[in-house]
Amino acid sequence: MADITQVSPAPRERSRGAGLGTGRRRPLNRRAAKAWLYLLPAVIFYASFAIWPALNTFYLSFLNWDGVQPPSWAGLGNYVQIVQDPALYNSVLNALLLIVFFSFIPVCMGLLMTALLMGRMRRGMAFFRTVLFLPQVLPLVAVGVTWRWLYNETGLFNQFLELIGLGGITRAWLGDYDLALIALGFIGTWTMSGLCMLLFLSGAQKIDPALYEAATLDGAGAFRQFRSVTVPGVRREITIAGVITTIAALASFDLVFVTTNGGPADQTTVPALLVYRLAFNEGDIGTASALAITLTALVIGFVTLIRRLARENA
Amino acid sequence: MRTQTAGMSMRYLVLTVMTLMVLLPFASIVLAALHASGSTVSGMRLPENWHWENFALAWNEGGYSALMRSSFIISGAVVPLVVLCATLAGYALAILKAWGGRQVGIIFVLGLTLPVELIVIALYYNLSNVGLTNNYLGVIFAEVALFLPFGVYWMQSHFSSLPGELVEAGRIDGARDLSVLTRVLLPISWPAITTLAVLVFMWSWNQFLLVIVLMQDPEMRTAPGGLGFFVGQYSTNIPLLSAATIITIAPIVLVYIIFQRNFVSGLTQGAVKG
Repeated sequence: MADITQVSPAPRERSRGAGLGTGRRRPLNRRAAKAWLYLLPAVIFYASFAIWPALNTFYLSFLNWDGVQPPSWAGLGNYVQIVQDPALYNSVLNALLLIVFFSFIPVCMGLLMTALLMGRMRRGMAFFRTVLFLPQVLPLVAVGVTWRWLYNETGLFNQFLELIGLGGITRAWLGDYDLALIALGFIGTWTMSGLCMLLFLSGAQKIDPALYEAATLDGAGAFRQFRSVTVPGVRREITIAGVITTIAALASFDLVFVTTNGGPADQTTVPALLVYRLAFNEGDIGTASALAITLTALVIGFVTLIRRLARENA
Repeated sequence: MRTQTAGMSMRYLVLTVMTLMVLLPFASIVLAALHASGSTVSGMRLPENWHWENFALAWNEGGYSALMRSSFIISGAVVPLVVLCATLAGYALAILKAWGGRQVGIIFVLGLTLPVELIVIALYYNLSNVGLTNNYLGVIFAEVALFLPFGVYWMQSHFSSLPGELVEAGRIDGARDLSVLTRVLLPISWPAITTLAVLVFMWSWNQFLLVIVLMQDPEMRTAPGGLGFFVGQYSTNIPLLSAATIITIAPIVLVYIIFQRNFVSGLTQGAVKG
């Protein structure tokens, strides 16, 4: 009897075979579930100290709240205020102008440095690379303090201008109504160029040398080779440099806080500075949050734009 | 041939000018720091007497004993926490293929673009509700959350770049998840981990906004946090301010010189993969 039951049910046997298949998958599934134990610490930190506050800021942006009294619902009022208040939208315009100095010029400078450091250039390359990247590792607060002093009436910058016979235009640059923002922007150029250079150099190293040989055979000079081989070869890196430096320009706080604190006469205020001031000095949490959300939307908008432009040109 | 030499000299000339533009500001503040405290300094000028005591003065006036302690407490906790969490999460996403791992990975990557300003307001109120403002833990947890997107991404791409046979071989030898990680993968992952640690240390040391918001108590701020307010109080005392600046940047410059390779590979690969 036992024999018969063992031999006859062939279909069941087959279904058991399928069962074996799922059985083989089950340890994998259990492993994929157990993987969450490894994922959990990171997810908990990220969710509770980044995602949750971010969502909360979004909620706060619809409130009128001074941080102490019970809040009242403001709807879109805080956002309307950003569009209408000149101080608020000017800060956004200032941040947009800073993109030129934090992002556009450094990308150009980075390309120039890459052109200079490439090819037969061997001796001293490591030294130049190390020094030119140095500004990028320093705390921006310290960079700001240093440049405050350089831009001072008796600072290095004016001393240099006098040396080359331009003594007539010396001034306290960060206090100049028209030029303070540009002076501030130039500090960004100083900080960001090294980062761009480093990215482009690492990209340029991956370009196939055969491309340069072919270009040489076609009679392309150094400049032409750079334009037709190197620049297209580091397109990916240019996109990334553009993204990183644009975020730095839009979200800049440290530099502005220590150099001008928004002055003179609000000529150098940026959204980040107003977020800080509104929330922690003036107790206008709702507007501060709405401005933080606006700033984030700008960052995401620009990152998307740069990515899309890069893809279209590719 | 002559044009080549001329071209090469031009290159060196332009590069030297650029290098000077980076180094002169440093030279300028070092010289300024050595003038008599409170004296007016103009541009680059050698001091008549070298006032090394300015560093001690700035250290005391700026309260750097407390600031440095805070800086090291915070970085000292943030770096291992980020490295640990990022390694475990990267392993779960790249090798163990956690359920929903793709989506989790994307949510982490999105965090790379979010500015600190987005979280800082609500974070302040959330943390003060649970008594974590003016508390090292608050800043530490916030920084961990802030740097984890890069960390997870970095470790995930590192683990995915390793040959799959390694893990297979480990499994065949009967290793469980944890021992595959510790015995097989970690020993060959130290370069990636060191680079992550160095970058996180830099970001943690340089972080300003989070620190000044979450630490209203000046005693508990970090070196850059303290310097930011030292400027306000001593804005006219250039020698002292310069000395304080040098004290603030010294540790990070030291780390940069020692771990130069890691900075370079981390920032280029990490950014490019992103």
